[in-house]
Amino acid sequence: MKINREDVLRVAELAYLDLSEAELETYRKQLDDILEYAGKLNELDTTSVEPMAQVLTDDQTADATLREDLVVPCAVADDILEQAPDPEPPYFRVPKIIER
Amino acid sequence: MTTIWTIDGVREALAAKKVSARELAGEFYKRIEARNPELNAYLTLSRERAYAQADRVDVMVAAGKPLPPLAGVPIAIKDVISTRGIKTTCGSKILEKYVPPYDATAVERLEKAGAVILGKTNCDEFAMGSSNENSAYGPVRNPEATDRVPGGSSGGSAAAVAAGLAVAALGTDTGGSIRQPGAFCGVPAMMGSYGRVSRYGLIAFASSLDRIGPFARNVKDVAKVLQIISGRDPNDSTSTTAPVPDYRAEIEKPVKGLRIGIPKEYFGEGIDEGVRKKMEGGIGLFKKLGCELLDIHMPHTDYAIATYYIIATAEASSNLARYDGVRYGLRVEGDSLLSMYRKTRGAGFGAEVKRRIMLGTYVLSAGYYDAYYLKGQKVRALIAKDFRDAFTKVDAIVTPTSPVPAFRLGERTSDPLQMYLADIYTVTGSLAGVPGISVPCGKICGKLPVGLQIFGPAFGEARVLQLAHAFERAGGADV
Repeated sequence: MKINREDVLRVAELAYLDLSEAELETYRKQLDDILEYAGKLNELDTTSVEPMAQVLTDDQTADATLREDLVVPCAVADDILEQAPDPEPPYFRVPKIIER
Repeated sequence: MTTIWTIDGVREALAAKKVSARELAGEFYKRIEARNPELNAYLTLSRERAYAQADRVDVMVAAGKPLPPLAGVPIAIKDVISTRGIKTTCGSKILEKYVPPYDATAVERLEKAGAVILGKTNCDEFAMGSSNENSAYGPVRNPEATDRVPGGSSGGSAAAVAAGLAVAALGTDTGGSIRQPGAFCGVPAMMGSYGRVSRYGLIAFASSLDRIGPFARNVKDVAKVLQIISGRDPNDSTSTTAPVPDYRAEIEKPVKGLRIGIPKEYFGEGIDEGVRKKMEGGIGLFKKLGCELLDIHMPHTDYAIATYYIIATAEASSNLARYDGVRYGLRVEGDSLLSMYRKTRGAGFGAEVKRRIMLGTYVLSAGYYDAYYLKGQKVRALIAKDFRDAFTKVDAIVTPTSPVPAFRLGERTSDPLQMYLADIYTVTGSLAGVPGISVPCGKICGKLPVGLQIFGPAFGEARVLQLAHAFERAGGADV
């Protein structure tokens, strides 16, 4: 067994997910199965392999050089705030985080 | 029998004034009203925007102006692709009421080309799934066999096109989410190379894998839609400046003498007998067309599922961190900021999305990064090399799209690993970044469609489409 209950609690904490008791046990078992399966990658010796961190090669990349840093109009603040659960234009409001 | 509309058919009918763009949109909405309650392919209809666009097309027709390439063509858009003013839920409760303030570039390009956007199609939540059963708004049914899944995650787009509820549709493919539903529903479905189509406005799942691509009734139409949405977009730094060929011209070229690689790793354990038989027929058809068939080896194929589910979930855990109840979407109040985050995410995400966030967070967490994520990236490099090596010997690779045909609703939901394993033939090309198409390759017992997959080298879309077109014209759908 690769994953125990404490691991699941730790990961849920890192991911900011509230999980029920039932979910904790289900995910423990399922993550354990999946990671067990993923262990098969260890059959391969990859010591001299460079990780593939980019899909596109240099000659396929559009921006071999970075674009110019230009100021462009972007008058979308109202539209964006309209989607917020608790807006107070021009701000998003959240529960209090600092006690005075 | 209802008319099967194609892009050319729409164009001719409009030019001959046999139908107006408004009437055509109306006909499609009638079909949707009749069929959607059963299929659940569409989540949101955008009538106002569709009729406004149709009227613009009709004005052009009346004025005798030259029509843009997709004038009046009714198209459906997967609900993970942003549409200004039209609800975009990603199949998730957490975005139940979200209305994007801008259009994805792909959508903008389609409309600029005259397309009529009918509405948004159902999908697995945040495109995570292979059966469309992970949608918060209920599963889609396969129009070919309504007790079965349409595949996923772009199940709604595939079903809409297969049932004649759209002439074409956009889907997204991260590990097979365009090709596999295309196979299950019996329609051609394509993902271009990584970097071919702008992803600006695509709500991200796994950024090193996500791609937008078309479904249509025939390969010619797939080529046309891909043509319109391809090309550099300054708003997506991963979209390339590589020139976009005229795909419709390219697909007419003869395929005689092209070398097709058949990797034996794609025909091993776990493949359904019916699928294997249809594939033999399909491969035989390429031989009849004068293609040269070569047995090839892709030795790292068996490691693709593990690699994919490490990399995709790692990226997902990062991309989905943005759903925090602050700026958009659902908020569940808590007594502190952190408890608000936890409750919002706990209540807003469905089971599969939470599972993937958990897995992704785990493989990126301190102490496990090297063992899983870095290892995954290294094996990904080996899988990409398998493809590069193969393409030094062959022009294209032919495989089944899925080891199994459409399965029954509910049949596979209890074991996520078993569901993941069915993505075996599609995730390889996703990891390598190469283009791939699924084309119909007969039906098992005359009922369940089988998809044949063609991979080409990076930016070799024209070759992939050319082979798919020749296959289709030679009767591939009836092998």
